[in-house]
Amino acid sequence: MLKRTSLYEAHKKLGGKLIEFGGWEMPVQYTSITDEHLAVRNAAGIFDISHMGEVTVSGAGATDYLNRTLTNDIRKLTPGLGQYTLMCNERGGVIDDLYAYRLSGDVYLLIINASRIDDDIAWLHAQAGFTGRTEVSVSNASHNYDAVAVQGPRVKEFIDGCIPGASTSALRVGKVTDLKKNEIGGFPFAGASVLVSRTGYTGEDGFEIIGREDSIAKVWDALLEAGRPFGIKPCGLGARDTLRTEVCYPLYGHELDERTTPIEAGLGFFVALDKGEFNGRAVLAQQKVSGTAKKCVAFKMTDKSAPPRPHYPIWVNGAAVGEVVSGTQSPSLNNGIGMGYVPTEFAKAGTAIEIEIRGRRSSAVVVQKPIYRRP
Amino acid sequence: MSNVPSDLKYAKSHEWVRVNGDTATVGITDHAQHELTDIVFVELPAVGRKVKAGEACAVVESVKTASDIYSPVTGEITEINKAATDDPALVNREPFAGGWFYKIKLSNAGEADAMLSPDAYKAQIGG
Repeated sequence: MLKRTSLYEAHKKLGGKLIEFGGWEMPVQYTSITDEHLAVRNAAGIFDISHMGEVTVSGAGATDYLNRTLTNDIRKLTPGLGQYTLMCNERGGVIDDLYAYRLSGDVYLLIINASRIDDDIAWLHAQAGFTGRTEVSVSNASHNYDAVAVQGPRVKEFIDGCIPGASTSALRVGKVTDLKKNEIGGFPFAGASVLVSRTGYTGEDGFEIIGREDSIAKVWDALLEAGRPFGIKPCGLGARDTLRTEVCYPLYGHELDERTTPIEAGLGFFVALDKGEFNGRAVLAQQKVSGTAKKCVAFKMTDKSAPPRPHYPIWVNGAAVGEVVSGTQSPSLNNGIGMGYVPTEFAKAGTAIEIEIRGRRSSAVVVQKPIYRRP
Repeated sequence: MSNVPSDLKYAKSHEWVRVNGDTATVGITDHAQHELTDIVFVELPAVGRKVKAGEACAVVESVKTASDIYSPVTGEITEINKAATDDPALVNREPFAGGWFYKIKLSNAGEADAMLSPDAYKAQIGG
């Protein structure tokens, strides 16, 4: 039986086409992926992201524990700040990529991928035991929270009207739009409280709102209503995927898995080698110095061709050298785009490559990330 | 509610056929284009190719996925619609008119008669 979020009935009412994703029944689109995608680029879009997992980590040992378990430097987080980070095994392979927020002194919130909740929790508990830290408590709070993302250049014009007032959390701001990128605050909403962060997965300005299910159902309705004059559209996982692909944000299971390192994926910026010991450090340090055999590149089709798709072979100089991991028709550029792994010698922007589509090869070129930049 | 013109025959796999003598025109239905949404690429068979009924012979790609299109009838491809490959969104706009896929010389004139009637197809798509 697939799990349903508290917004399931809202999706059905809005004509959402529901599919299975990570064990959840989620909307892939409402009207058209292209329309929803362009609404986010030009105005505003709202996504149900309740399937994402939430983990709370707290206690006097929490900071130290997270710094040994995650790749980024958690000590850079002051209360109310979040960062993108990765969780690696001893070989440097990625167990998950996630957002870590410091809510207050010793309390952290991790937002993890829906498909990885069980693996992550097992790993996090094993690490807590392994490091002998009794002063840290790790708990899976995924069932307690639902969440929405509201994204796009016009969101800042109406979100304060939906979630009015000042924050009541460790990070004090006068209103939601006073939050800066990667900041998170707790705000009173409809007799309860929600967490609002200025983050997202689209490459646009926007916010993510986390709360109990009855609060999130009300937030969804309020944002759709207030956003209507600004052109807001409910958006499904289809647009979420095309938006993140255009700006080259990784998706677990595509760019990342347990046999791929953050360095190979081009995420070295989020690996803090100077912070002391952490899982996978030896391998990642070596790769940062000596380089890696393969690299994740972004590419654009240069032939008029069918859109590239995951698992299509990548050819260079007449030999199959790698595979596409993400690919689609870019609604912003109206061109086939994607990401894939190739030997590092072919990873330079400008390298001519070919994508094999149903037995025929079409020309493409390696481009710098992100593929799409706001004009 | 999808449009299901009364002068066509239909396949369970959402293709339509318009028979004219020993030739038929083939396309995909309004219901199919609506389900696919945002058609961004159409790949059609080569003229002269012989196809069997039920054989995958064209591909339609939306933003999200690639879908095979199955020939509803047996015969030889005599003409393909370049307008649809040049402007794939035409299939969304005019699935039964400008967005047709190919013309085929029928090997067996009776084959199209055995396809779904408009009412039977309507029942299948719940319309």
